[in-house]
Amino acid sequence: MTQRIVVDPVTRIEGHLRVECDVGDGKVTKAWASGTMWRGIELILQGKDPRDAWVFAQRICGVCTTVHAITSVRAVENALKMEIPLNAQYIRNLIQGAHNVHDHIVHFYHLSALDFVDITSALKADPAATAKLAQSLSDWSLNTTGEFATAQKKLQAFINSGQLGIFGSGYWGHPAMKLSHEANLMAATHYLQALDVQRKMNKVVAILGSKTPHIQNMAVGGVTNPINLDSQSTLTLEKLTYIKTLIDEVGDFITKVYIPDVAAIGAFYADWTKIGRGIVNYLSIPDMPLDTKGTKFALPAGFIENGDIVKGFTPIKDFHDPYFEKGVKESVKHSWYQGGKGALHPYDGETIPNYSDWQDDGKYSFIKSPTFYDKRAQVGPLANVLGLYASGHQRTQFWVNAVLDSVSGLVGSKIGVDALHSTIGRHAARAVRCVVLHEELSNQWTLLMENIGRGDTMTFNKPVFPKEEVRGFGFHEAPRGMLSHWVVIDKGKIKNYQAVVPTTWNAGPRDEDDRISAYEAALIDTPVAVADQPLEIIRTLHSFDPCLACAVHLTDTENSSTYQVKVV
Amino acid sequence: MSILVLGLGNILLMDEGLGVRAMEQFDAGWSVPESVSVVDGGTCGMDMLDLIASHRHLIAVDAVKTGAPAGTLVTLRGDDVPAYFKGKLSPHQLGLCDLLASLRLQGEAPDSVTLIGCVPLALGTGLMLSPEIEARLPAMVQAIIAALRDLGVEPQSRAL
Repeated sequence: MTQRIVVDPVTRIEGHLRVECDVGDGKVTKAWASGTMWRGIELILQGKDPRDAWVFAQRICGVCTTVHAITSVRAVENALKMEIPLNAQYIRNLIQGAHNVHDHIVHFYHLSALDFVDITSALKADPAATAKLAQSLSDWSLNTTGEFATAQKKLQAFINSGQLGIFGSGYWGHPAMKLSHEANLMAATHYLQALDVQRKMNKVVAILGSKTPHIQNMAVGGVTNPINLDSQSTLTLEKLTYIKTLIDEVGDFITKVYIPDVAAIGAFYADWTKIGRGIVNYLSIPDMPLDTKGTKFALPAGFIENGDIVKGFTPIKDFHDPYFEKGVKESVKHSWYQGGKGALHPYDGETIPNYSDWQDDGKYSFIKSPTFYDKRAQVGPLANVLGLYASGHQRTQFWVNAVLDSVSGLVGSKIGVDALHSTIGRHAARAVRCVVLHEELSNQWTLLMENIGRGDTMTFNKPVFPKEEVRGFGFHEAPRGMLSHWVVIDKGKIKNYQAVVPTTWNAGPRDEDDRISAYEAALIDTPVAVADQPLEIIRTLHSFDPCLACAVHLTDTENSSTYQVKVV
Repeated sequence: MSILVLGLGNILLMDEGLGVRAMEQFDAGWSVPESVSVVDGGTCGMDMLDLIASHRHLIAVDAVKTGAPAGTLVTLRGDDVPAYFKGKLSPHQLGLCDLLASLRLQGEAPDSVTLIGCVPLALGTGLMLSPEIEARLPAMVQAIIAALRDLGVEPQSRAL
């Protein structure tokens, strides 16, 4: 018997995602992912000054403000073929690195760990036994009986207060919850510690960006941070030293808590290395430029076809690489937009809403469907880690092997790289990316200090707009994957603007050839134990870190005010 | 005795951004002592933990949907605020509600939370408010002033 399960909205994500699945014999047989709100940033930007685009672009999303700001200025700079001063590159690299590290920690602990961790079970744990378990996994200084006992009391008081907030929609006691009371308490305690840690990373963004939540220091041509090591109103030695302190303080948490926790959860839930594979074409782009032209990068990447990191890998080389520029298209055949022109390149993209009802074989989403050389692709930390691995990035290879070895040790059998193509693999890859980015943050800080030390204080080149039409693209490897902005500029004004965001790649509907997307493919064969509590579906979706706020946007609130799971 | 006046909302979606616009109008017309921060929070979430934790009182200004007609103003204080968010009536409920819960967990929640809300009319794509909601901004500014007075702060008109 086939049942239709509707999850609307998917909770503990940003924005509004609806998923429908057909379930037969306890497994998902067909899936549809739908963004149910539409986004019109492209229309707002038409006719605007390209130098201002980033200010509006960073309002697309409440989570990835800096991400859209950086990608937007890169798109305009690309169209103008500008060079960017080294200091500006390093400062942007520091901002994006800190933002990504912050985002990955928040995603794992605060948005998705509760899919695997049962808070109510943690209340029954023995703190001393928890300390013993935690100490067997890591020598983190806060893995003590006292720390676990205090956390347990805090959680109990919080749950007693009845205002669950962040814990509100957990599936407590679900048969797919497998951790012991002690493992649950360990993870829940680290959840609390992560709340403190992520704030430190965010401070780095705030200091360099002059302000959060919305950074102020971006500019087409560089950044607006004047560098003068002695003047209080600028980027001083004191501020730069404080940034390094903050970076250093977060390092231990990543290597001694986040990485071991992911390995432990991966081992406890080893069956989830075989669930959620989905699309294994992976697209990621190089980031953290090390020169003014954007031809050398600290973090290389590219396109991986069919999961083959040796023969299937094609590097994406630089900010102007035509291999990337020519490969991207978006289809609206199954999206609520006017279409009929086939899949379009973003420079020629159109965003004309045309809402109909839900049609399984027709239109069912406000998200468009992008392809790379007419192939579906998955983006995100897993794509990025595999891209780095395939590019021979040594620290990535080191950390991938370290995590896999650690999981292998815990389960007592060899877990290979292939296990990464899975729901739990996406979490493992995100942790690896987090530690690699954190290491790179220290490198970028050193590069910035050395460059300033050589007497270079330049942070900005003035953009000059030609009279004729120019076009360009900017990309950035954001927390949820490869983000690209595409701009057509005519007489100094924006003629067309398209943002192809990571969640569009993953959460889009069927494409021009009716092939399913990364979310839809990953859901196929996901087991569902209890139809009206589809925890397993949520697990696979959360492993992608959905962020619908920029894929689409809000038009209706009252109708979306209640969380519903419907079994039809 | 620090106070945070926090404008919330997405300014790309017309009235969705009314909290930010009201906060901006307040900031343009009134000056406040150094202990009061007036901040455009947009639609941000965890990014604002530090900001809220570093103030003792929070005055959030936001678009809310109560079922009342567009343009209706509400001011909620104390226990009414989280109870109100529980019903998910604000578009940004997830962000602010989670933030306050996280801060409570860490023992850093503000001493008081006041919510100044207005029911939006138009949520289409655009940087402008609808004229009907634009006309409600002065009343929202007055509500912000009243909330500050309740906390013992007297804003000064910049016009004087």
